[in-house]
Amino acid sequence: MASVNILSTKGLTKTYGGIDANMDVDFELQRGKVTALIGPNGAGKSTFVGMICGRISATRGEVFFEDQNISSMPAHKRIQLGIAYTFQITSVYAGLTLLENTAISARRRLGKDNVAVNAKALEVLERVGLADRAHQIAGDLSYGHQRVLEIALGLAQDPVLFILDEPTQGLAETEIDDFVDLINALSGDTTILLIEHNMDVVMRTADQITVLEFGKTLASGTPSEIHNNQAVQAAYLGTAVDA
Amino acid sequence: MTKNSLYSHCLHFGTIALLVALFFLLPAYHVGNLSRIMVLAVYAMGFNLLFGYTGLLSLGHALFFATGMYGLGMAMNTFGLPSELALIVGVVCAILVSTAIGLLALRTTGVAFMIVTLMFAQAGYLTVLYFGSYTRGDEGFVIQQAERIFAGVDITGETSRYFAALILFSIVFLLIAYLVRSPFGRTLVAIRENEERTKMLGYDTVRHKLLAVIISGSISGLAGAAYALLFGYVGATFATVQYSIFPLLWVLLGGAGTTLGPLIGVVFMFYLIDLSSELTQAYMLIAGVVLVLLTLFAPQGLAGEIRRKVFKWLP
Amino acid sequence: MDFGPHLLLASLEGAVTAAILALTAMGLSIVFGVMRVVNVAHGEFFMIGAVIAWAVASSFTGNPAIGFIAALIVAPLIAGIIAAVADKLILQRVNYDPDRTIVATIGLLYIIQQTALMTFGPDARPVTPPFNTRLSLPWFEIGESGFVMTWPWGLSTTSYKLFVIVAAIAVLTGLWVLMTRTKAGLIMRATQQDSETAQAFGVPVKRVYSYVFGLGAGLAAVGAVLVVPIQQAHYLMGHDPLLLSFIVVIIGGLGSLPGTVIAAILIGMSDGIISVFFSPTLAKIIATLVVALVLVFRPHGLLGKKV
Repeated sequence: MASVNILSTKGLTKTYGGIDANMDVDFELQRGKVTALIGPNGAGKSTFVGMICGRISATRGEVFFEDQNISSMPAHKRIQLGIAYTFQITSVYAGLTLLENTAISARRRLGKDNVAVNAKALEVLERVGLADRAHQIAGDLSYGHQRVLEIALGLAQDPVLFILDEPTQGLAETEIDDFVDLINALSGDTTILLIEHNMDVVMRTADQITVLEFGKTLASGTPSEIHNNQAVQAAYLGTAVDA
Repeated sequence: MTKNSLYSHCLHFGTIALLVALFFLLPAYHVGNLSRIMVLAVYAMGFNLLFGYTGLLSLGHALFFATGMYGLGMAMNTFGLPSELALIVGVVCAILVSTAIGLLALRTTGVAFMIVTLMFAQAGYLTVLYFGSYTRGDEGFVIQQAERIFAGVDITGETSRYFAALILFSIVFLLIAYLVRSPFGRTLVAIRENEERTKMLGYDTVRHKLLAVIISGSISGLAGAAYALLFGYVGATFATVQYSIFPLLWVLLGGAGTTLGPLIGVVFMFYLIDLSSELTQAYMLIAGVVLVLLTLFAPQGLAGEIRRKVFKWLP
Repeated sequence: MDFGPHLLLASLEGAVTAAILALTAMGLSIVFGVMRVVNVAHGEFFMIGAVIAWAVASSFTGNPAIGFIAALIVAPLIAGIIAAVADKLILQRVNYDPDRTIVATIGLLYIIQQTALMTFGPDARPVTPPFNTRLSLPWFEIGESGFVMTWPWGLSTTSYKLFVIVAAIAVLTGLWVLMTRTKAGLIMRATQQDSETAQAFGVPVKRVYSYVFGLGAGLAAVGAVLVVPIQQAHYLMGHDPLLLSFIVVIIGGLGSLPGTVIAAILIGMSDGIISVFFSPTLAKIIATLVVALVLVFRPHGLLGKKV
């Protein structure tokens, strides 16, 4: 039987030239839940998820996915296990059409079956509301639309675990609402790990929140637990929520 | 079959049919040129797979071309192998060399990749000179006419040579056309467009790039071997930097990342140099001017510009 | 000649090669350091320098020193101007995109080289050295009768070759002063650090790039003017300096100026010494392979810092 936690880390540490970006992070991610990772700028959130999906090599520590130690796996192998990752800085295929973008993403799992690849590629574009632009070049899209396409690239992989690094940054209000609906629709089937600055989005989507500060876990718990946590209020929420 | 793939099939088979027809329409001089052009186009197509589709600019492809050429040439002249076997030797040598270069050079990216490939090719060229007693250095050597029989056909005659070149060209042309539409080829394009993203979509980009180098190097080696066999000459000139620059020039001119681009580029460049060398011995001046103008005004090349402006479906 | 004197002779030849190489490679290194582009046409600016040196020197009659000094001023200037114009017309318009710059400078290489072939012709042409006294060198040995000084036959150099070494040191020192002690140097270093910030602080980055590209070509041309009295001017002579400069810049660490000088001495000396004792072709094979492998396994050069 699958355990409650889909992913966990033990003592995960990243050191850049003597400076600790992450220090001995022990972390557990519950299956089927939406977990938000919050913390001030420079808290090491991006580095942390980078180490989970293999983009950044850990200085030490271990990562377990579905009870399997994946610490020494290269990034593409981890992705193949069903972990999808969206970049903080938009990274789409700017020179290709939107359909080609999502097709590349879908093709990795679906392979030679062109019909299935195309169907999947179109389906995710529809899901994020970009289907009418399927034949436009991605680089010609507005910044917000490119962010949405970035999310679509993740969706097209039908991930088990979906890691999103600040997905709502630069989105308009209505786009943020659509995003919240999308995440809530995905939760349950897909485990979601979300780095998010917008506390409104966090409160509307997250089942669990983990707060990072100075590369360490400050607190973990449900949104209400975090909201009432003294240490968190002092360090972070006090300014961010009111802002 | 979708509309686009129907168009591209028509285009590819139409090109081959046109080349067959040209044999009967063109005067002998141009038929001779066209045989040479088709073999060089095979070289350009090999280069294009790596540069145009994968986005890796090698400045040392002459190493692969020359490997195939010397592999075949020395197998025939030094070891007396029949041409069929020698062709295999040439291609196998190219596969080995491109695997080794791929494993080493792919540890670098960007400008360093260009310089590393340039350096390895330079070392290869100097090696040919250094072992001059076997390779005959700059002077090169001739493969005797009597030896140049392939699968029972004497390929020294104009007609047989033309069709030998055409068959080789067609095989590689269709292979590339198939390859670039396959999932493998689409992944190469994905790597060209955004390698980091492709890796984070779960593709093994390192393995794909290595395969691209090997396939590209092997096709280039095949072209070199065929060139030696069809035109009967093996020489160190083909290992020089200039022969690494030529495929770049052809592919840029014709259109990088298009199936038809390499052939178009070779045809244009061949006749451009042919015409200008009648006027001046400084015929490479044309190559220089064309390179600069292309980078400035048509970075997509002829076929690329056509695709951008007229036929979006062009493969 | 015995091994000892032979080695001394080889080292002297190596030192001359190293001096020329340091100048030429420094040009490539500065261009890469400040502009982050690889100039494949660098060797052709060397060739331009040599060809112009011949043209200038041969237009003067009388004392060869006058022609030589004129060449030393005119050749780097013209090479620099051609480079600056090429920068403005070509490189600036491709926005210094690394790949397109390489392709464009390959084109430039052929344009310059073939233009030289059309105007200067295919022949190699010598330049008379301004002075060329033969200097015999002594050799010291501890023999049966104690410490003796001998004058082995063939162990000699010329005053001109020594001048080349001194001149190269002088030019490099001047360059060092320019880079570290003057406002122009400060502007160049600022552009090198961060061209966008430099632009924001009012540095005319585009013009700086043109000057730097010109300066790089000028340095190569100085090297070439110094070399033509030893080695003749020829339209294909740019190939080897380009290759060797590449090697030096890579071994020294891309864009690191002290690294470039050290690597130039290392490569120049060993090239000179290996070429005397072994085949020059073998020396080049080894050098190119070493460079390729250094780039593969130590991409920041032997002395370069991690960027």
